[in-house]
Amino acid sequence: MAAQTPYEVLGVKKDSSPDEIRKAYRKLAKQFHPDLNPGKPEAEARFKSISAAHDLLSDPEKRGRYDRGEIDESGVERPRYSYRPHAEGAQGWKYQPEGEIDPADLDDLFAMFGRGGPRGGPGGGFRSARGGEGFQMPGPDRQFALTIDFVTAATGGKQRLALSPEEWLDVTIPPGIEDGQVLRLKGKGGPGFGGGPAGDALIEVHVAPHPWFRREGDDIHMELPVSLAEAVLGARVPVATLTGPVTMTIPKGSDTGAQLRLRGKGIRRKRRGTETAGDQYVTLKVVIGDSGDEELAKFVEEWAKTHPSDPRRDLGQGTTQGAAAA
Amino acid sequence: MIAFREIVERFTELDAGELTRWVENRWIVPEAEDSEAAERWIFHEVDVARVELILDIRREFALDEETMSLVLGLLDQVYSLRRQMRRLCHALENQPPEIRDAIRRALPPGTQKPG
Repeated sequence: MAAQTPYEVLGVKKDSSPDEIRKAYRKLAKQFHPDLNPGKPEAEARFKSISAAHDLLSDPEKRGRYDRGEIDESGVERPRYSYRPHAEGAQGWKYQPEGEIDPADLDDLFAMFGRGGPRGGPGGGFRSARGGEGFQMPGPDRQFALTIDFVTAATGGKQRLALSPEEWLDVTIPPGIEDGQVLRLKGKGGPGFGGGPAGDALIEVHVAPHPWFRREGDDIHMELPVSLAEAVLGARVPVATLTGPVTMTIPKGSDTGAQLRLRGKGIRRKRRGTETAGDQYVTLKVVIGDSGDEELAKFVEEWAKTHPSDPRRDLGQGTTQGAAAA
Repeated sequence: MIAFREIVERFTELDAGELTRWVENRWIVPEAEDSEAAERWIFHEVDVARVELILDIRREFALDEETMSLVLGLLDQVYSLRRQMRRLCHALENQPPEIRDAIRRALPPGTQKPG
């Protein structure tokens, strides 16, 4: 509750002249002066407020500031009620002809700027001339990320992408897509404004690594473990390719690091009408593993006596064979 | 919540009849403003700030009531536009940089504030 105004304290009207204020003050001051009212604290309190009211109202500048609401009855600066933060604050909408626009209804917002001005409301106001061009703007592009497996990236295919919890899109993956490539799907972005076209969906594709395939351009590389017997005697072994297993011949006496080529088993794609295909390169890795038992050891011991060899005789600077096994 | 009487007391330049008329003009819109009794009206800080604004304008420019209506109508439109603009800017701020760039590029020349 507001305290008594200084006008009320002195019992004068708001438009009283300085003379009237002085007279009212003198009369009350005499009545409530502490010397004339000993032992009456309420009179003393009253006298103080009378003096304060008179201080304020007898000074034309202070009185003016008080009248304008700049200071309160005790002369203390009042916080200025700047209107702007209020107008733009939570309550300000009630003075604004447009009211609140539902964020879902962006058309309203653009209509407000583009197609005919305010819709009126309390306070009326001017309307901008009609007949101007409607505001049109393409919808925003939307960004998505999609991780696909290695084989799908290489051979192409379809992959499902959630645009929103309710909206799904089967994205066609072109064969040979690379990690980080961005697919642009026209018209799958945000809706346009004012009849403008929808934006695009930009899909950044990430390709998950494969446990044994590796890509170099359109070629596929892999390392194929072979047993000692397969390497020494030669064999026909199944090898995985992008399109399923094929049988490959290991030549007799193959060594670790030997590279075999499966022609046309790399990435196939159409470039300007002609189809091209990469190859698959298979690098052999001789694995002794489980076959390294006592019997083999004994045999190699005998065998080595008559077959001395030093595979490191050429080893001057490189250690590439050792690194290839990693 | 601020009562009618508090506002009239606070602003010496304002009397009860005036404030009542301002409410009738819908320059000031308190809660329960359909009530006949001014004592029932409930004002908020925004209303007090607006009273102060009207008093300031009236004192500085000596406007009559008709002109004041026009000025307030225009002011309200400006604030409404500012509010919508700010909401739009806020929405744009939250877009990925690519979208913000696209919008920047889509702005017709001459509409960008220099600097």
